[in-house]
Amino acid sequence: MSTIASGPGAAGAPTDPGDVKGGGGLGAVVSSTLRSRPRAAIGATVLLLAILMAIFAPFLAPYGPREKVGPPFAPPSSEFPLGLDDGGIDMLSLIIHGSRVSLIVGFAAAAVAMLIGGTIGILAGYFGGKSDVALMRVTDYFLVIPDVPLMIVIAAIWGRSLTNIIIIIGVIYWTGTARIIRAQVKSVRERVYVRRAQALGASDSRIIYRHVLPQVAPLLVANTVLTVAIAIFAETALAFLGLGDPSLISWGRMIENAFVSNAISVDAWWAIAPPGIAVAVVILACTLLGTAIEDALNPRLRVGHLSVRRFRLRPLPSKDIT
Amino acid sequence: MRGADYFLKRTLFAIVTVFVAITLNFIIFRAAPGDAVTGLRCQFCTVEFKDQLRAELGLDKSKWEQYWLYLQDLAQGDMGRSFVTREPVVDELIDPLLNTLPMIALGTVFAIVFGIISGLVAAWRRGTYLDWGNLSFSLLFYSLPTQWLGLMLLIFFAGTLPVSGISDPFLEFTDPSWWDTFVDRLKHMILPAATIGIVLYGEYALIVRSSLMEALSEDYVLTARAKGLRNWAIVWKHAFRASLLPVATLIALSLGYLVAGAILVEAVFSYPGIGLVTYDAVFERDYPVLQGAFLILTLSVVFANYIADLLYFKLDPRVAE
Repeated sequence: MSTIASGPGAAGAPTDPGDVKGGGGLGAVVSSTLRSRPRAAIGATVLLLAILMAIFAPFLAPYGPREKVGPPFAPPSSEFPLGLDDGGIDMLSLIIHGSRVSLIVGFAAAAVAMLIGGTIGILAGYFGGKSDVALMRVTDYFLVIPDVPLMIVIAAIWGRSLTNIIIIIGVIYWTGTARIIRAQVKSVRERVYVRRAQALGASDSRIIYRHVLPQVAPLLVANTVLTVAIAIFAETALAFLGLGDPSLISWGRMIENAFVSNAISVDAWWAIAPPGIAVAVVILACTLLGTAIEDALNPRLRVGHLSVRRFRLRPLPSKDIT
Repeated sequence: MRGADYFLKRTLFAIVTVFVAITLNFIIFRAAPGDAVTGLRCQFCTVEFKDQLRAELGLDKSKWEQYWLYLQDLAQGDMGRSFVTREPVVDELIDPLLNTLPMIALGTVFAIVFGIISGLVAAWRRGTYLDWGNLSFSLLFYSLPTQWLGLMLLIFFAGTLPVSGISDPFLEFTDPSWWDTFVDRLKHMILPAATIGIVLYGEYALIVRSSLMEALSEDYVLTARAKGLRNWAIVWKHAFRASLLPVATLIALSLGYLVAGAILVEAVFSYPGIGLVTYDAVFERDYPVLQGAFLILTLSVVFANYIADLLYFKLDPRVAE
């Protein structure tokens, strides 16, 4: 192999920067992002802690999620650090148990969106032509139609089980992913190694699987992480409008419950504040991680030569030159 | 010629989008398990009443016939009657929509003004603690669930500002001047508008900053710096002008959030806008009103988007290409 590669016929090819494979792999991008960008590391850590909390909820929570442990709206105390809600249930335990549904909805809905958006984006970007135009038209329409009202209408009519909510959110938020992935695939398709694989007679499915997918995977992951944040936000919105699964506890349903049970009229801020803070922390973590990976993939945003700290060039005093 | 072409294209797109929304509305409504009348909850829902409703909604006809009838009714501005009040849906929606518009306009203006200021400051002092702090705050506000922020503001300001409704019910007994009425309305608007404004502010500040950063990586900025222009002059005169266009687009795209924000915020503050109508309709499973609200909200967003597209062309004719 080496003798062929060093031959005159292959001389030009490896110098094309777009031709270097392996450097854009998913693991490599994510791990280098985590190492070089503190905000990505913070986001990933917080997200990991939240996931661990959800997995080990029954062991971490001091009380059960339906266990009445004191009078309604008892304020925070040493025994109940976040106070009690309207049913006399420990808020801390509710937050820990509620993380399960909130995170499941977030990740599962984002996975649905990734699957639909990724598939459509790759197909549209790779094949181009009429299917591209048609698919992008569809995404355009979905982008304009306001998402939350659409979700409300679907959830109100189709029922509000956990699976329904996941599917509804996933089906609505695939459009952004599809657009971004399509743009990326369009540029990958033109790269030399893809052209070469085509010339060698590789099938489309092989090229997509072996060459295109690895190249768009980091972007797909970044986008999915951002979609998790949107999905969790959507879950709280649906739950607040009374469209959450009535048999399950989530952070969104806790906010709704505080509102419906009139926690405000008795000034029970402790029944309202914790679930919102929990949602905000997870959304913030997803945003930090997702945008950091996106930034790492988009070299145009690296404006190091312009940052104030590095760019302190003053006109040279003329006497120094002479 | 190019302009006319663009105009036609955007008009067609707006019309088709509305059509897609109408069709979606129809499909969601009719393809549901059971039908819309089955799940209805109300006190006077006898079997006869439900059968009468089915006949009224045309649920006994074929799907295509129903679709055609639905389009015909819509074309005449007929969205059916509310299950609860038996009034025409259109009448139930117009006044609330007019209540909502000034409220979200106030919130949006607040968000745009402060978002642009903070984005500019962040880009001007990029890489410093000021930028970092600014970024953290915008990210934080952007992450807050709207309804939760509303509830927190409600707890904080209960007593200093009116927290529910659109006007003081006792004011009309005192024979108020138009100014008193205006101030009263404005006071009732502040908290819901502020809630929407704060969340949107976070988003706009992030958009403006990243858009400015992108503009700052262009070659003409390097040239400007080589000419010896001050940092602020570069940000304000070169980068900001160039980044106004993407900012305008992204603001148009955030209209969808505005609608969601209006629904949540109006529910929290019992502000009698179209969001509250939607909230009540969900609660009572009043499907005709729910569908009407969805259509009106979609129409407003599509229309606003259309206007934004035309403005965009005015700002930069190159988009037609």
